[in-house]
Amino acid sequence: MRLFLATLLGLLVLTSLPAHADPLADFTANLPKGGYSDRIVQIEAIATLGDPRAIPLLEALGKGELHTRKDSGALVTARREGREYFLTDPLSGADLGKAGRRDTKKIKVNNGVRSAIAEALAQLKLASADPAIRRAAAEEAAKYGSPTMLARLRAALEAEQVPDVKAAMQTALIAAELAAGTPAERIAAIDRLAGSFDPAVRALLGQVLSDANAQPEVKAAAAKAIDKIESQRAWLDAGLALFQGISLGSILLLAAIGLAITFGVMGVINMAHGEMIMLGAYSTFVVQEVFRAFLPASVFDLYLIAAIPVAFMVAALVGMAMERSVIRFLYSRPLETLLATWGVSLILQQAVRSIFGATNQEVANPNWMSGGVEIIGGVILTYNRLCIIAFCLIVLGLVVLVLRKTHFGLEMRAVTQNRGMARSMGIDSSRVDALTFGLGSGVAGIAGVALSQVGNVSPNLGQLYIVDSFMVVVFGGVGNLAGTFVAAMSLGVLNKFLEPAAGAVLGKVVVLVLVILFIQRRPRGLFALKGRSEEA
Amino acid sequence: MSLSKSVRNWVMAGAAATALSAGSIAHAAETIKVGVLHSLSGTMAISETTLKDAMLMLIADQNAKGGLLGKQLEAVVVDPASNWPLFAEKARELITQQKVDVVFGCWTSVSRKSVLPVFEELNSMLFYPVQYEGEESSRNVFYTGAAPNQQAIPAVDYLMSKDGGEAKRWVLAGTDYVYPRTTNKILEAYLKSKGVPAEDIMINYTPFGHADWQTIVADIKAFSSKGKKTAVVSTINGDANVPFYKELANQGIKAEDVPVVAFSVGEEELAGIDTSNLVGHLAAWNYFMSVDTPENEAFINKWHAFIKDENRVTNDPMEAHVIGFQMWVQAVEQAGTTDVDAVRQAMYGQKVRSPSGFDVVMNTNHHLSKPVLIGEIQADGQFEIVWETNGPIVGDAWTDYLPESAKLTADWTYPWVCGNCETPKFGTMTN
Repeated sequence: MRLFLATLLGLLVLTSLPAHADPLADFTANLPKGGYSDRIVQIEAIATLGDPRAIPLLEALGKGELHTRKDSGALVTARREGREYFLTDPLSGADLGKAGRRDTKKIKVNNGVRSAIAEALAQLKLASADPAIRRAAAEEAAKYGSPTMLARLRAALEAEQVPDVKAAMQTALIAAELAAGTPAERIAAIDRLAGSFDPAVRALLGQVLSDANAQPEVKAAAAKAIDKIESQRAWLDAGLALFQGISLGSILLLAAIGLAITFGVMGVINMAHGEMIMLGAYSTFVVQEVFRAFLPASVFDLYLIAAIPVAFMVAALVGMAMERSVIRFLYSRPLETLLATWGVSLILQQAVRSIFGATNQEVANPNWMSGGVEIIGGVILTYNRLCIIAFCLIVLGLVVLVLRKTHFGLEMRAVTQNRGMARSMGIDSSRVDALTFGLGSGVAGIAGVALSQVGNVSPNLGQLYIVDSFMVVVFGGVGNLAGTFVAAMSLGVLNKFLEPAAGAVLGKVVVLVLVILFIQRRPRGLFALKGRSEEA
Repeated sequence: MSLSKSVRNWVMAGAAATALSAGSIAHAAETIKVGVLHSLSGTMAISETTLKDAMLMLIADQNAKGGLLGKQLEAVVVDPASNWPLFAEKARELITQQKVDVVFGCWTSVSRKSVLPVFEELNSMLFYPVQYEGEESSRNVFYTGAAPNQQAIPAVDYLMSKDGGEAKRWVLAGTDYVYPRTTNKILEAYLKSKGVPAEDIMINYTPFGHADWQTIVADIKAFSSKGKKTAVVSTINGDANVPFYKELANQGIKAEDVPVVAFSVGEEELAGIDTSNLVGHLAAWNYFMSVDTPENEAFINKWHAFIKDENRVTNDPMEAHVIGFQMWVQAVEQAGTTDVDAVRQAMYGQKVRSPSGFDVVMNTNHHLSKPVLIGEIQADGQFEIVWETNGPIVGDAWTDYLPESAKLTADWTYPWVCGNCETPKFGTMTN
């Protein structure tokens, strides 16, 4: 109805103002008037004109760059630079000089207006000269089913020559026919779409069900198609839960690897482990700020790579200083170690709070880690999760390499297995202790780099992960990296399969109870060390 | 450690007050003490530290104007360290040992519930500046934040309206504690009263500091793909919001398709997020930093001058403290004393021109009449106001949408003299 009125309005303007003969300018002049729904009517009218000048106009409106001058009331495009605006004519693009921040008034848009703009732009861009733009417009058009869109798509399809653009337009046409076609067309479209996993398709089919004008046979066909989609989705959801579980597991693993060294290998109950992660996250923040301040924007996305060695060094140095100044005096007294490291953790938290403030710091995702890849019908694997899974495997691999293949790793294993024997072989055991603790802390720092990409960077960051880290290391078997890996992954996957059924709060409780029961039966965890080292 | 911190703040505040008073009038022998009870460490430090700074600014400002009743004001800052029982201890310390005349403080509802018995037992006065779940009215507390009918209900109304996108399905997502649970109970009853069937409402709770939002965001996505316009009402509190919004952006949920309206996300919380992918998601408050009034410009300039950082933002709870403090100053001037009972009587009907450009009034149920604003997040981390009430709305302590609350009245003047009664008590303030 609204569309019809808009079209009528368009026709009226066309016929009644032959002298003026620029309907686009008339609709544009109406944009500042009235409320959001009036604005949407004007936008729909502009879309029906098919005038390519409307594309930059609507884009400016969507971005909030379309203003009216307070003095003359004239409509301008205002691009902000610093404290002033550069004005251009919204239709011709002619330069109109500068204006102060308070000289113009922005034309307000909300979500409703923005989605009307998106639909109008999709319609207009179907006629673009650039095939890539036409294709993107067709993909966007698939989301909107309206009679105008249907007519627009049919016309565009007839003129289209490029095969892949044509294919995209045909998909969009099916969606438009489903929403706005004749009953026969709608049923045909439903049959074509029945196998699709796309949530947009599911939404369109749902709309048919709640459409009061749809014939019963159309509704029945839609209901059948929805049933088919839902039953096929079950295994897809299970696959998605598995991915989410592995992703959660990789975060648990990253947080726990460092602890697997300091607690697992050295036996230090390190309550300040979480703060090493936090220091890594803050190092990432500092590196990001340095990149922002001193380096060109083109290399900004690489800051995360540069942050890895920095975070490792910062956390490792703090860890070594902690080992030399506190922990080495307490090696045979685990309870005192627990209290002392907890005290250190409070000091580190407050120090960070004093330096950086209590508020969260913003650590931006680099562009290559934003968004996600859609594998099938609406199942999106986000890039930051994929990167973290890969990153965690690399870190684990490197730690295993250091422990198994380097001279330092050999010394470290020797010292932890039999300190007296190692010393009598000429190993400086206190140096090895410091370096081992530094390695564990440094790895925790690296984990902080990754965790800054998915969570908050705040002074309390470490406390969120300390309990989970201990749980993973104890569950996996103290002193065993393979156990840590299996424990992290199984806890992650278990959590994600429980969460939809039990909710996030209860899911965590159930996991914790299961772990406690397991530890009751097998106090040494999944992979208990066998043989003489067990008594050590 | 918290002790040394509080001592330091105490000394700093004292020094600031002295420095300011030295220039204006001779230092009065006696001061009026104002307690500031906000967490400066722990999880809530993120939000509450700013409120402590705002209070110090307001007190310094009042002293520069010549103080109150011819005396200088003195801030007494303590740190309850985001520890709920410690709030009660610190409140008692402020009232009995420091002998403060009024306290401004608390953020979470748990902390308010913890100090409530202390203020009632010792008959002291608390100004609570944060939007909350309602269902409470104590004669010793003035609630300067929004009640549900000044935030949650108008936000839902907006999303149901044509301009808001005519949402038909609802996800109520919150952190698992008293504020979200009560608010969602009220909202669920309200939605059902508007004809929303139960299968179109999804309720979800997560723990404080929840970081892994993959499953819930995927669930929201599936829930919204059923052909009806879906909106998310978020009562997620604290820093769990950052990973929540990041996950929304990464999974490609756009505000045009599934708008998320939040009640606990303001300018300060967005300071930790890159908002370019969140444009169009909403928040409902009684104040936004982007409000274009001369009062607000003066407030922001004053804040920037005090905190010496042009990049710091202002937010709704700060504005609530501005209003509450100004009302208390006016009430003390009218009463001519800081005596709690006298000031309380003088508080009713106090009117203040707020930074949002409206005249807000204190009602006899200890809640304010305030305007409601709904804003959409912009790429620069600010909000653009897309809807506002015609005028101030009276804060309702007891919601009309839960049958057991609808019959209760909160009114601390004769004949009611009661915070939760079905019939008037015809009593006096002191019984």
